[in-house]
Amino acid sequence: MKNWILAVALVCVIPACVTINIYFPAAAAEKAADKIIDDVWQLKNGGSKPAEPATESATEQ
Amino acid sequence: MKKILMSLMLLSTLLMSQFGMAAADLEVNTPAISAIKTSMQARHARLAPYYANGAVGLTNDGLIAVKDANAVPLSERAVLTGLVKEENTDRNKLYKEIAQANGHPEWEAEIQNTFASRWIDKAQSGWWVQGAGGWIKK
Repeated sequence: MKNWILAVALVCVIPACVTINIYFPAAAAEKAADKIIDDVWQLKNGGSKPAEPATESATEQ
Repeated sequence: MKKILMSLMLLSTLLMSQFGMAAADLEVNTPAISAIKTSMQARHARLAPYYANGAVGLTNDGLIAVKDANAVPLSERAVLTGLVKEENTDRNKLYKEIAQANGHPEWEAEIQNTFASRWIDKAQSGWWVQGAGGWIKK
């Protein structure tokens, strides 16, 4: 009986080792892609704000 | 009893290794990848107007293509073609480098597919992207 449990565990573990080796980390790849795209297209460097002082009408004559 | 304990330990090791893999990040900070990124970043300033006027679109395989050459004056077309070609060379190199940097050259196609959908997702409105049925304006 105990041998059977061990056998079942091994049967689960051995193919899993193979699976882990070929497993493509889709979520990590998306994260990496986002980071690179943000860098290349400069989407997150604060440069998107043109810093327009648009509310200065009070100082006009 | 000892064997049951051992099998439990084996199983928990298996589970933990899977969680470990799921949380792992891809390595994207190698000198080769940084160099490609810098080159693409510099080129982007020149490509951006062509994305905006529809001369160039994002393809569904993670590259770019001339979509409408008539959107640029004749004199600019050679420059445009050159830019597209250089950009695609860099993009292909980037996908390959990421796969290699992570010890899985066979991941290149999947990485390219991931990028394809992320480029299109992040494209600005007004840019042209390739959908299943052809070019779409975002």
